[in-house]
Amino acid sequence: MTLIGRGLALLGLILSPSAYAEWQVNLMPGVTEISRAVYDLHMTIFWICVAIGVVVFGIMLYSIINHRKSRGAKAHNFHENTLVEIIWTIVPFFILIGMAVPATATLIKMYDKGEAELDIQVTGFQWKWRYHYLGEDIDFFSSLSTPREQIANESEKGEHYLLEVDNPLVIPVGKKVRLLLTSNDVIHSWWVPGLAVKKDAIPGFINEAWTVVTEPGIYRGQCAELCGKDHGFMPIVVDVRSEEDYKLWLAEMKQAKAQASDAATQDWTLADLMEKGEEVYNRTCAACHQVTGEGIPGAFPALKNNPIMVAEPSAHIDVVLNGKAGTAMQAFRDQLDAVELAAVITYERNAWGNNSGDLVTPAQISKLKQ
Amino acid sequence: MGTLEQTVETEEHHGPARGITRWLYTTNHKDIGTMYLWFSLIMFLLGGCMALSIRAELFQPGLQLMAPNFFNQMTTMHGLIMVFGAVMPAFVGLANWMVPLMIGAPDMALPRMNNWSFWILPFAFSMMVSTLFMEGGAPNFGWTFYAPLSTTYAPPSVTFFIFAVHMMGISSIMGAINIIATILNLRAPGMTMMKLPLFVWTWLITAFLLIAVMPVLAGVVTMMLMDIHFGTSFFNAAGGGDPVLFQHVFWFFGHPEVYIMILPAFGIVSQIIPTFARKKLFGYASMVYATASIAFLSFIVWAHHMFTVGMPLAGELFFMFSTMLIAVPTGVKVFNWVATMFRGSMTFETPMLFALAFVVLFTIGGFSGLMLAIAPADFQYHDTYFVVAHFHYVLVPGAVFSIMAGVYYWLPKWTGNMYHEGMGKLHFWLSFIGVNITFFPMHFVGLAGMPRRIPDYALQFADFNAVASVGAFIFGLSQLLLVYNVIQCIRVKRHTTAQVWEGAEGLEWTVPSPAPYHTFAQPPLVK
Ligand code: HEC
Ligand code: HEM
Ligand SMILES: [Cu+2]
Ligand SMILES: [Cu+2]
Repeated sequence: MTLIGRGLALLGLILSPSAYAEWQVNLMPGVTEISRAVYDLHMTIFWICVAIGVVVFGIMLYSIINHRKSRGAKAHNFHENTLVEIIWTIVPFFILIGMAVPATATLIKMYDKGEAELDIQVTGFQWKWRYHYLGEDIDFFSSLSTPREQIANESEKGEHYLLEVDNPLVIPVGKKVRLLLTSNDVIHSWWVPGLAVKKDAIPGFINEAWTVVTEPGIYRGQCAELCGKDHGFMPIVVDVRSEEDYKLWLAEMKQAKAQASDAATQDWTLADLMEKGEEVYNRTCAACHQVTGEGIPGAFPALKNNPIMVAEPSAHIDVVLNGKAGTAMQAFRDQLDAVELAAVITYERNAWGNNSGDLVTPAQISKLKQ
Repeated sequence: MGTLEQTVETEEHHGPARGITRWLYTTNHKDIGTMYLWFSLIMFLLGGCMALSIRAELFQPGLQLMAPNFFNQMTTMHGLIMVFGAVMPAFVGLANWMVPLMIGAPDMALPRMNNWSFWILPFAFSMMVSTLFMEGGAPNFGWTFYAPLSTTYAPPSVTFFIFAVHMMGISSIMGAINIIATILNLRAPGMTMMKLPLFVWTWLITAFLLIAVMPVLAGVVTMMLMDIHFGTSFFNAAGGGDPVLFQHVFWFFGHPEVYIMILPAFGIVSQIIPTFARKKLFGYASMVYATASIAFLSFIVWAHHMFTVGMPLAGELFFMFSTMLIAVPTGVKVFNWVATMFRGSMTFETPMLFALAFVVLFTIGGFSGLMLAIAPADFQYHDTYFVVAHFHYVLVPGAVFSIMAGVYYWLPKWTGNMYHEGMGKLHFWLSFIGVNITFFPMHFVGLAGMPRRIPDYALQFADFNAVASVGAFIFGLSQLLLVYNVIQCIRVKRHTTAQVWEGAEGLEWTVPSPAPYHTFAQPPLVK
């Protein structure tokens, strides 16, 4: 039957390593002790199901072939057998216990919350992740870096299409890392298959997950809980590095931060701010307000021809810095640095024919941010 | 002479009214059943068009046909329409037609309420579908409408969605009350509970599930309404509420709901297999007990949909074990069906083909369900296409195939004509092949890491998605054959007997085909 053919094809695919790349059909064993335990569990249950299936479907197929009227089969008239019925209630029960034992053991291992060597707060936002390294002065956002043209089929798609970000989460290899998950708006779910970690990020609550990755490398995942329009466009990239490389990265991050605050004290021309502002706007705001500034009626307001853009700037600055509670408009105070905020506000006030001529300076914003 | 004239007159009086009022005012269980079934067919085609638009967008990576927000509206409306508009009304329609015929009752116990429970539905669904044309678009938060995406962050049309759900709920509850009242009160003399056909038993239990959980659904949407318009904070953490509470309440409704969509299917298949195996159903009593145990267990497993929300270990273990337990009574059912076929004398008309496909493919969906019950493994499966594959295996070749099996099985009784067997078989085989090409590869992409509810995906998922989309169009287009077959069967006079199927047993086969407008005015005696 077609079913058996398909089963064999499936088997062939699982067993041949070359098929792994494109026609991947199975879970990946992953790179943590937990992920390998989950993989083994998955395979165990899978084979048990296959075995039960072979027996049940086998008997059914046998009857279909042999007990058909066209072959002259006469119907017997048994329709009850207490012993058989008791057996096929009890036997599955024991099979289930056989599955429950390893499942419980794995679950208990996952829930073993010992002290971690590094704590990272992970916050979901519509549609990006924020990683705050507790105890280190490191706090950044991580969003999709696949160019828009690739998504719109205007240019060739890259190797890691939709699974690449501007700032990956960097963690050291072999160390226990604890993730404290929460959300700024709706529920998201932080999932990296290679680590077998999937935990919901829920507004107002903190969830805990942990991982110890045993091999350096780059592991990719995605948000797994429907979180609105761009749910499909908020990937996760974890860059696992050796202890030294991780230390190096920490130092670089701190240096970059110092440079950014220097830039805030410089003088910026309108042209420079507009150029920077366009880049920030398209990266950060356009998902909702659209590249054209026209928004999406009924969901996200238009900024083009919006009276707020030509009125006195303080109201505009206030919305962007502090957001609007209870709406999708987030507070950008901590998401963007002073230069980026000044640039994006200046850009909005002068783009799409808003032409207010206003220039909002980074220095102005720095003062408000304190 | 005088008496004869009188009888003729009263007979005529009792025939259907003419024109549109026949359908608007009818209290006849057969008319109402027919309307439910047509309604469900229309919804199935509408929801199917939405599914095809989803599959068309997912044929290739990149965004081709629709913006992500519209994609989300399509998945949401597809799910809601299929669950509440196609599958549930189809089962109610079958119950309306067949329950009175099977228990020897003249009609449903509460015929006026019956009229009302049907006529609410077109209004509820017009309201829901009209949201597609509203500013901000239709609901886009998934058929599970998790808060706060469906409250604080929802489009304005959510209010219409809430009222539509209320109306569907009222309709379902009234339908359920009616079915219970009919089965408990209108059985023919001698039709004891343990002689009820299994379709009647499964529907009785389903009706109790409906009455138990539809109010919970009404409650949860009312809490949403309060949060959105009246300043409460049930699900708003900023106001002291809890978004996870939403999920608990929703799934307390939601899990029994999935059994509402499968128990009547079990009933239908348990009618059909014995007929075409020409052998009594194996283990009748254990079938009844298994159905009741499944219904009971369905109330204590809800949080298996929530393994990743961060429950304590004890909670995870409890819901894992209780969910695994459901495999036992479900297994009993499958074994009983196989034992019924064993040493029977089988033929393979269209209803039997659909029923056999049901047994195999539903069981495959059951296997993936068992895998999903294993909490640590579910961390990898949850919210991926593996889940989409799982629930489509139990809903499409499960619930929907059982409905099609039932339609082909009883259509000759309804119309008095035989459907075209060759066309029926063609419909079956195209559906069977289409369904597997569509949904089997979804297991693979899910395991490989593709989340559900995404309009665009990474390149390594491209091949299987293309395959699934091709399958979806094969399956979708072959449903036009169903429409053709049904209309043919109504219009082409291929007269059939009262018995219709050689091996069929039960009261419904004692009345003429087509079943007269009124049946069992005198209750039959069941020995
Ligand atoms: C996740 C979606 C989203 C993103 C991203 C977003 N906004 Fe908004 N924005 C909104 C929504 C929704 C509102 C309307 C809030 C309300 O209901 O008052 C809004 C309102 C505004 C307003 C006030 C408009 C008015 O008429 O009151 C301004 C200004 C604004 N956003 C600027 C920005 C800037 C600058 C960015 C990028 C740094 C940005 N937004 C990013 C969703 C978003
Ligand atoms: C033509 C046959 C069908 C096809 C091709 C199809 C396809 C799909 C697809 C592609 C999705 C979206 C998955 C995602 O993006 O997460 C989906 C979701 C869904 N489908 Fe179907 N489907 C079909 C029939 C059905 C039927 C008959 C039912 C119910 C009885 C059903 C119930 C659902 C539900 C409940 C969802 C979830 C919606 C959500 O995510 O909120 N489908 N279907
Ligand atoms: Cu998401
Ligand atoms: Cu469930």
